[in-house]
Amino acid sequence: MGRKLTLDIFRYNPSAGWTKPGMQTFELEETPGMNVFIALTRIREEHDPSLLFDFVCRTALCGSCGMLINGKPRLGCKTFTRDLPARTTLFPLPLFKLIGDLSVDTGTWFRLLALRTGAWLHTSRAFAHSILEERMDNETALKIFEADRCIECGCCIAACAKVHVQDEFIGAAGINRLARFLLDPRDERSEAQHYEVLGSEDGIFGCMGLMGCMDNCPKDLPLRDQLAYVRRRMTAAGLAWGGKEDGSRNRKTK
Amino acid sequence: MHSVTKADIHLTDVLIIGSGLAGERTAIEVSSRGLKTTVLSLVPPRRSHSTVARGGLQAALGNGTMGLGDSPDIHFKDTVKSADWGCDQNVVRLFANTVPAAVRQTEQWGVPWTRITAGRRETPDASIVVEPEAGAGLIASKKAKGATKWRTCYVFEGTGHSLLYALDAMTLSLGVTVHDRTEAVSLIHNGQKCLGAVARCLRSGDLRAYLAKATVIATGGCGRLYGVSTNSVINEGTGLSLALDTGLACLGNMEAVQFHPKTMPPTWIPVSEGGGGYLLDRNRVRFVPEYEPENKKLPYRDETARYMQERIRAGLGVDGPHGPHLWLDIRHLGPGHIDRHLKGVDTVCRVFGGIDPARELIPVCPSQHYIMGGVRTNIDGAAYGIRGLFAVGEAACWDLHGFNRLAGNSLAETIVAGMVVGKRVAEYALGHTLEWSSRIVEECLAAQEHRIKSIVSGENGRENVYELKRRMEGILMEHVGIFRKGGGLNNAVAQLQELHQRAERVELISTGRGANPELGSALRLPGMVRLALCIACGALARTESRGTHFREDYPNRDDVNWLKRTLAYWPPGAEQPVLKYEPVVITELPPGNRASTPSLGSG
Ligand SMILES: Cc1cc2nc3c(=O)[nH]c(=O)nc-3n(C[C@H](O)[C@H](O)[C@H](O)COP(=O)(O)OP(=O)(O)OC[C@H]3O[C@@H](n4cnc5c(N)ncnc54)[C@H](O)[C@@H]3O)c2cc1C
Ligand code: SF4
Ligand code: SF4
Repeated sequence: MGRKLTLDIFRYNPSAGWTKPGMQTFELEETPGMNVFIALTRIREEHDPSLLFDFVCRTALCGSCGMLINGKPRLGCKTFTRDLPARTTLFPLPLFKLIGDLSVDTGTWFRLLALRTGAWLHTSRAFAHSILEERMDNETALKIFEADRCIECGCCIAACAKVHVQDEFIGAAGINRLARFLLDPRDERSEAQHYEVLGSEDGIFGCMGLMGCMDNCPKDLPLRDQLAYVRRRMTAAGLAWGGKEDGSRNRKTK
Repeated sequence: MHSVTKADIHLTDVLIIGSGLAGERTAIEVSSRGLKTTVLSLVPPRRSHSTVARGGLQAALGNGTMGLGDSPDIHFKDTVKSADWGCDQNVVRLFANTVPAAVRQTEQWGVPWTRITAGRRETPDASIVVEPEAGAGLIASKKAKGATKWRTCYVFEGTGHSLLYALDAMTLSLGVTVHDRTEAVSLIHNGQKCLGAVARCLRSGDLRAYLAKATVIATGGCGRLYGVSTNSVINEGTGLSLALDTGLACLGNMEAVQFHPKTMPPTWIPVSEGGGGYLLDRNRVRFVPEYEPENKKLPYRDETARYMQERIRAGLGVDGPHGPHLWLDIRHLGPGHIDRHLKGVDTVCRVFGGIDPARELIPVCPSQHYIMGGVRTNIDGAAYGIRGLFAVGEAACWDLHGFNRLAGNSLAETIVAGMVVGKRVAEYALGHTLEWSSRIVEECLAAQEHRIKSIVSGENGRENVYELKRRMEGILMEHVGIFRKGGGLNNAVAQLQELHQRAERVELISTGRGANPELGSALRLPGMVRLALCIACGALARTESRGTHFREDYPNRDDVNWLKRTLAYWPPGAEQPVLKYEPVVITELPPGNRASTPSLGSG
């Protein structure tokens, strides 16, 4: 017989006509290798099939299952019940629009962020079937990947005191995503163009440096280094251009 | 247009159902030709299953020492052999010739492919490779089972992730419309032509109609039909049901299901150690002869899975809390090597298994991984039997993979199909006008509304959706898995037929209001059971063994009678699929011995 687990779960389903939020308590028996994904699936299938939560890959790769587990932003798939006390509370991630219960709309948040900050490779290279790849040293590729591998789970956003008071602040995930393009020699945006997006209170200069983000990143992204790198580059760019777009589209110096 | 229903109606040039790699690559191709493109997805695009593929994709770039001399011709041969000649060779040829350009194009979109570093280097399986200066900075590759040359290009530990993020970023820059958390629940058609789809909003529960000149199914695989699968939990094959339920389109080779040999319970994550490990049974005996040093070959996935399953059936598996398993041993590679080259494996073992692979054995057993079957299309990606409908990626049976997909060919297929089929879709849409009849749209919406009402009210019965689903998963696992036999398959078909009737008699426990997940499952279940029946009936009828389809009562490949593709149709109201067949096209490589390629070892 496994341990008896008690889960206190935030419940509120506006789409089902609920008028006010509350907590609901579920009890279940712990099984070997149980994580929050397995526990919630069992609750849905055996206790309350209306319970809303999001899992896709269940292997910490898709970023769907961020939630507050005993007050901390965590991925449900990566949190094992053996590491939890007998009584656990689950809340949806704050800040993001609530869909219902534990399900929040991180997808739309990140999509709008990417649109607003132009988070794609800006290149004028034309494609032809015969063209070979441009060479890149592997160190550079690895650096890009280190930033690119963020899974946009939103844990760092939920943990960032600054986003809570300034909702236009793009947060560590936003800055890290843009660092990925700053690091990429194939991106043709000038330093001034990068500065326009990053060099403000909503960008890198809004960060207070308390590292709530890094402490809660389930993918262990080196956010401290990334934030410091962007701050250095944007400070230099700010000094050089006075923070103004000078109209030049010169390729950045690396 | 005069409004015939309360539901929202969206008009677009091209409707793409699915935002994994195949759907996104198609969207790029279509929208860059100036067409209004709308993509639907169960989840935000970047959370699609494609992001999970860490391994890599095969492209004969011919870069690097171990890829030297590689060519589309060799890739073609490897693919056909792996497929056990069950594939369409015209498609394989088109594919092999196109992959290199398709990969290099993603490089232009920012994918940070792992690059070649000049000098001496150790590989994950502990062999040594020396790279000359000339290749430095080009896209690197690693070896894969069944590939004569090292041609698996990869992005460190996250190939699928980086590809999907780069493609999704391109769709953003092109202004593609994406409706995520939206599930297509039926196709709208007039008996000849597909006009769009009815979808359920997974935020509100509301129904909507999408009308398009061309509709593309890019919904990925259906691994979740099986109880034990590596697939994401959203891979329930609904896209295949959408096509099958038109009664016009058909599914190809649904019996061709791939099992990944080495997955770790209870999450069933693949543990791909790059060929440097050993498989052990409960007595710590190495039982895969090909893995022995004097005989070092890399067997095909289906072969390894069978060795393992046989061992487990012989009672030589290890009892575990999640059923019997075997051991994967990589301890001999040492902590330094594991830390340098097998970080992904190390993380998976530590986080999801609580194991230190440098010191402990890793529990592994085979689980469902990939479906070669899918919506049967021609070489242009156009579905059989219905105009205006296309399919790409794992959801399609373009027929690149035949009866066993070569590792790394699936990601490659998504970007090639997106490129090639996307162009055809665009041409089709440019040549057609938006055509629709309010009567048909209203009927399609009403049919779904009616289904929802009867499920919520329980007017058809008292069945529990999760119970039935588990039964379906169990039947497939038991009788339609790695080993198949006439008796067991007959049994499976009978049980699934009964289940099919019960699936129409589900009653919800919850209210079904709003974004209710139980209602979603109940709506999907009958279609899923029909897919399970297509798999089981196809497997029962195919009295031979080919690739992953292994009949214990017919253990040999039979090219005289079975060099043909199964086409499963589901006429409206039928209780089981109608199976038809078409010949497999052989253009270049006649059927021969499939013996797997010897490993190239070091050097
Ligand atoms: C663990 C694992 C590792 C793998 N590793 C590799 C590898 O290294 N190399 C390789 O080549 N292959 C690999 N594969 C296989 C490969 O990942 C998949 O075959 C491929 O990603 C499929 O891509 P896709 O675009 O066809 O589908 P998916 O990525 O599955 O996307 C399907 C899309 O359809 C949407 N969808 C589904 N149904 C509906 C509906 N009814 N309405 C609206 N939207 C819907 C989903 O939301 C999703 O966006 C791996 C598979 C697994 C399970
Ligand atoms: S360091 Fe603090 S303020 Fe800056 S992004 Fe991280 S959590 Fe937010
Ligand atoms: S930086 Fe880390 S915590 Fe933030 S979204 Fe990315 S993976 Fe999640």
